[in-house]
Amino acid sequence: MEKNVTLIALFAGLIAALGIIPAITLGFGVPITAQSLGVMLCGTILGSKRGGLAVLLFLLVVAIGVPLLSGGRGGLGVFASPSAGFLIGWPVAAFVTGLIVEKWNGAPLMIIAGIASVVGGVIVMYAFGIVGMSIALDKTLLESTGLVTAFIPGDLLKAGIAGMLTSALAKARPASVLSRADAV
Amino acid sequence: MISLTSPIRTKAHSWPAGAKLATLCVSTVALFYVQNAAIHAAIFAGILTLYALPGGAFFMTGLRALRLLWPFIVVVAIWHLWTGEVALGAAVILRMMSAVALANLVTMTTLLSDMIDVVRTITRPLARFGLRPNILELAIALVIRLTPVLVEKGSLLSQSWRARSCRPSGWRIILPFTVLALDDADQVAEALRARGGFDTMKDT
Repeated sequence: MEKNVTLIALFAGLIAALGIIPAITLGFGVPITAQSLGVMLCGTILGSKRGGLAVLLFLLVVAIGVPLLSGGRGGLGVFASPSAGFLIGWPVAAFVTGLIVEKWNGAPLMIIAGIASVVGGVIVMYAFGIVGMSIALDKTLLESTGLVTAFIPGDLLKAGIAGMLTSALAKARPASVLSRADAV
Repeated sequence: MISLTSPIRTKAHSWPAGAKLATLCVSTVALFYVQNAAIHAAIFAGILTLYALPGGAFFMTGLRALRLLWPFIVVVAIWHLWTGEVALGAAVILRMMSAVALANLVTMTTLLSDMIDVVRTITRPLARFGLRPNILELAIALVIRLTPVLVEKGSLLSQSWRARSCRPSGWRIILPFTVLALDDADQVAEALRARGGFDTMKDT
């Protein structure tokens, strides 16, 4: 119990740290922060339930007014902004990512974690984000999809990195990749 | 860790946090039922007046928090200038700014401790499903305490990378960073257990 709560809190802190440390920006002209990479890692490393809870805890701390989102954003305002859908999709994204890694055993972990990150961290997250944006900006779903397409390649790249990191982590700390430990 | 609560005391700081949050929910929903750009302009002007009441410094902090919306404002403005529906575009932009400004206003006038009290109240029914409120509060405290620790460790990692290479570290330091975090989790969990763990914590 203590271990689970600590892991959940620590990964919530990890998402925050990935957004705050300036050196960890994946720049392609526009600096893209690694925070959504943190969401994917919560799923691939902690598994569905713990990963989802870690992201929920992170969002709760942001909502009560601690500026942990990248660029020092935080508070209730970010949940009223057009990008709120993405934030609401984060816990679901981590949950789905974790679920796939837990249930699918037939391929190398790097491939599984990478594909799980694409499904959870890109498809699920963008589904929520696009709906949120279409409500806030009064656009159709198709128009909102057009507005966010530019960011999809960056997130696909992050999913690939998440896959590599997860398989490397499984070698460095085999007991730590809990999404796998539970499945065995 | 610095909270976003404004250090400038306003009357609203002493209002009950639950009431402020409920009002915020109702007014945000109401904003989406208003279609008229002129009414939205009036509402936004009203919100700006609320920001101006506690003084210039409070007003500027509030405006700075709205700056994160500029990409959306630009996109919507270009879009509606293109389609010619200028009034609709103005309504969408004003509604977006009002919704975010109102939410920020609640954050700026509510202490972190008051927010945590609200969280405790609304998560109380979840106790039936095994979520003990004191564990949630401990988890919130752990996040707030551990984030600066992790940021410091991450900065040290990136400094040591820079000492060895002239290329930017990018994602490569995330692996050792995650390993450090997992080891920290082990130690913090051990420390919690050594102090009696959750079994000795009193339910509040």
